[in-house]
Amino acid sequence: MRYLPLTPDERRQMLAAIGARSIDDLFVDVPEAARLAGPVDLPRFMGEMEVDRDLAKLAALNVPAASVPFFVGAGAYKHHVPASVDHIIQRSEFLTSYTPYQPEIAQGTLQYLFEFQTQVAAILGMEVANASMYDGSTGAGEAVLMAHRITKRAKAVVSGRLHPHYAEVIETVCGPAGAGMRIERAPVHPTAAEDLAARIDADTACVVVQNPDVFGNLVDLKPIAEAAHARGALLIAVVTEAVSLGLVTPPGHMGADIVVAEGQSIGVGLQFGGPYVGLFATREKYMRQMPGRLCGQTVDGQGRRGYVLTLSTREQHIRREKATSNICTNSGLMSLAFTIHMTLLGEHGFQRLARLNHEAACDLADLLAAVPGVEVLTKSYFNEFTLRLPKPTAGVVSALAAKGVLGGVPAARLYPGADVENLLIVAATEVNTDACRAAFAAALSEVLA
Amino acid sequence: MSMNNQGRPTHSVASGGESIVTYTGHRALVQEEGLIFDRGRSGKWGVDLPAPRGGADRLGGLARAGEIGLPDLSEPETVRHFVRLSQKNYSIDTGLFPLGSCTMKHNPRLNEKVARFPGFGDIHPLQPQETVQGAFALIDRLMHWLTTLTGMPAVAMSPKAGAHGELCGLMAIKAAIEARGETRTRILVPESAHGTNPATAALIGYAVDTVPATDRGRVDLAALKAKLGPDVAAVMVTNPNTCGLFEDEVREIAEAIHGVGGFFYCDGANYNAIVGRVRPGDLGVDAMHINLHKTFSTPHGGGGPGAGPVVFSAALAPFVPLPFVVADGAGLRMVEHAGEAAGATPFGRMTAFHGQMGMFTRAMAYMMSHGADGLRQVAEDAVLNANYLLAGLKDLMSAPFGDTGPCMHEALFDDEFLKGTGVTTLDFAKALIDEGYHPMTVYFPLVVHGAMLIEPTETESKETLDRFIYAMRCLVLEAKAGNKEGRTDRFAGAPYLSPRSRLDETAAARKPVLKWTPPAPAEAAEQTPRPFLPRRQAGEGDREAVEGASGRCERYGRIPANS
Repeated sequence: MRYLPLTPDERRQMLAAIGARSIDDLFVDVPEAARLAGPVDLPRFMGEMEVDRDLAKLAALNVPAASVPFFVGAGAYKHHVPASVDHIIQRSEFLTSYTPYQPEIAQGTLQYLFEFQTQVAAILGMEVANASMYDGSTGAGEAVLMAHRITKRAKAVVSGRLHPHYAEVIETVCGPAGAGMRIERAPVHPTAAEDLAARIDADTACVVVQNPDVFGNLVDLKPIAEAAHARGALLIAVVTEAVSLGLVTPPGHMGADIVVAEGQSIGVGLQFGGPYVGLFATREKYMRQMPGRLCGQTVDGQGRRGYVLTLSTREQHIRREKATSNICTNSGLMSLAFTIHMTLLGEHGFQRLARLNHEAACDLADLLAAVPGVEVLTKSYFNEFTLRLPKPTAGVVSALAAKGVLGGVPAARLYPGADVENLLIVAATEVNTDACRAAFAAALSEVLA
Repeated sequence: MSMNNQGRPTHSVASGGESIVTYTGHRALVQEEGLIFDRGRSGKWGVDLPAPRGGADRLGGLARAGEIGLPDLSEPETVRHFVRLSQKNYSIDTGLFPLGSCTMKHNPRLNEKVARFPGFGDIHPLQPQETVQGAFALIDRLMHWLTTLTGMPAVAMSPKAGAHGELCGLMAIKAAIEARGETRTRILVPESAHGTNPATAALIGYAVDTVPATDRGRVDLAALKAKLGPDVAAVMVTNPNTCGLFEDEVREIAEAIHGVGGFFYCDGANYNAIVGRVRPGDLGVDAMHINLHKTFSTPHGGGGPGAGPVVFSAALAPFVPLPFVVADGAGLRMVEHAGEAAGATPFGRMTAFHGQMGMFTRAMAYMMSHGADGLRQVAEDAVLNANYLLAGLKDLMSAPFGDTGPCMHEALFDDEFLKGTGVTTLDFAKALIDEGYHPMTVYFPLVVHGAMLIEPTETESKETLDRFIYAMRCLVLEAKAGNKEGRTDRFAGAPYLSPRSRLDETAAARKPVLKWTPPAPAEAAEQTPRPFLPRRQAGEGDREAVEGASGRCERYGRIPANS
């Protein structure tokens, strides 16, 4: 087997050095009844060529985003990732290293984490950021738990327009079945103003809102931030499209206390939902209540600038049951991809990318609005908006797929049972050409005709 | 000695070379590299994008005001920056990375290749299900391999790492207990457990009750039994445990917890030691997470991403969280909502979308490459390698459980052998860095003093192990001899040869600096470039010489100000 360097002869020599007669001697502590006599019932080993061929066949059964006009979003977005990003994250020293517990030989990882934290704080308009969470949704759950720790209050008010997967993660992890908080989800309405302030009471730890929300609406968060603060609650803002931060006022400038974002759009790619990278930022005064790893600047024995993991007394490996979170492994390599892509973009490129996304969405909305029977519901948006179609969207999306267009996410797929069967959430990005948009509009006309 | 045609010696200078002060701060292949933020705004970029047409504004008055504060770099500058950073990292591909409990094995590049097939890497989690049937088929196949290898009937695929899998497992247990109308409040956790175990139990409101270890390094069964009661929801046992030992009374533990109506959670971080040879299902386990980034070789990536699928017993199978793949009449489909699959009562959702697909493809490629026979060999070679290290070191070092029988995939030492030497476990680990190795896990598990936990994995050759044993033995002998001869510098000041010497973690925590901030204008003007000084402080004369030289050359560029 190509990954196993020991030869049969070496195995014999090593057993002799140990003083064991056979390999079975080393497994004597396993109860006899649980020792398998031979291999389990699965295929035998395969060469690289065979594995490659076999998995390529499975991959070929799927329709990649780049192969069709593609407008699917709702929390994960198709963006161009520069070739150098994927090249650098495959460098052995990044790919095959561990969490930087020995900082003297992990300055590469630690320095990019420091750069990542700086970039994240900057784009979110916040004071401090951590070294990443698994993804945006799990970060949202952690944010609610953090608000619970800070305020000692037990209720969370959740916007009906927070991505339902995120809301379900919060309900699962923070709710009665999990950490025991009360989670109050506002009913869903795709466009009408939500009166979340009315739901804040003396036991409310936080209000969770998304901007742009899952239907694409851009909302000024200042009023809800003020309402939350007036009652001693925190505002948690969620951003699922990080590119929006190049053009849209970040939550940190609108009074958010904790901001959680999905960083997938920058450097990571679609990957069928994971691995992604959760961005997590807060105010400096709450720094010690943050979950996850933090990279901090320090000096070495010669006074040279260097970086270490810091404030680890918050973390599970030190504090055990008193830790701020159970998270250990995070999303290191994806945070590197984010950092590289963001470095390539820089101030100029990040703003331009965001502008191009907004223009793509405006163009697409105008084209689709001209399709008979289609109404664009979202008035203010970044690169995603919601359509009302004259018939249920689930069938429409399948019919579009049959025509070679992946045309958005049916709202009913996210909100089963809600009155949203005819709503379609559509995202446009810089990868969509004029021809792609025209193909979408044409296909939609045919499907609705 | 050979000479070149100028008559200069081509052999290395015997000594003194390491104290040369360089003008640039670089030291040959080790390039000093500032932060990207040190470069500031310059108007260039590393991604060419078409110019926006302008005019479109449907932002509802929420256009971002002011600069974001990102520096501008071109592509070559960016690539060089990150390549230079990479060269300051130790990795598995560099050498032995024997971190106990972390399973730092070789990461095959075939895995990277298949994960990047557009059909896997470039598909959206919410595109129509009929357009991702191959992805479902891959997940379904991986589920089959995981359940077959573990002898467990069900698996939850969505958890994103080991600790996330623990949370998933405990939530399924909580749901199962509530489904039978009970409330239980306590979870038993052995003192040798990973920190994530008690942290996870506490996260969802359980009281953590610690079970002591025996002097054989196993869970104290009698003490565990004494703590059992109708309020105990589960016991969380790592097996093989963090002392590198198989819990030989594991079936008795399972019987005992089942006897009071509780569940047996197994932390599968160390599954590599038994994969293909022992099925946790045969040990009475109800739930176990599997770190795909340990046993199944998906790369650790400097701290993630991981993946932590959880296998379940029949009692917990109905509670698998959303979403999950099912095979029914219509082929494969992803169940995303409660009520869409008969017999399933999911406890909730762990994450947006479907979990770590990028890790599933990598793990699948790894498992298919090994096959059932190769995976069994993995466990055998991992255990053989660890025992070979133990045998090669236990006469000089102190192995607290070294005489009670074989270890599994990792060998545990304590700091008894360093007693009286003035050298600590940390010093010893740092000295290993100078010898070209990543240190072992130190100060964990907590059940022995000054722990050193060494896990070589099966992908290390005998030759590598022999060299490592040699290095370790030399260091041990020097530590023991050093105190008498006053030669403990090698340890106390280590590491000397790494890009940075020992870093001040206390200072970092006392006044945390978690991001770059622009220097105040006055400060920036005052900041004079200073030369990089070598590890062993140069004499004052050297410093003056360098500062004088850099002063004359300064107009050509700043020398990195790293001190």
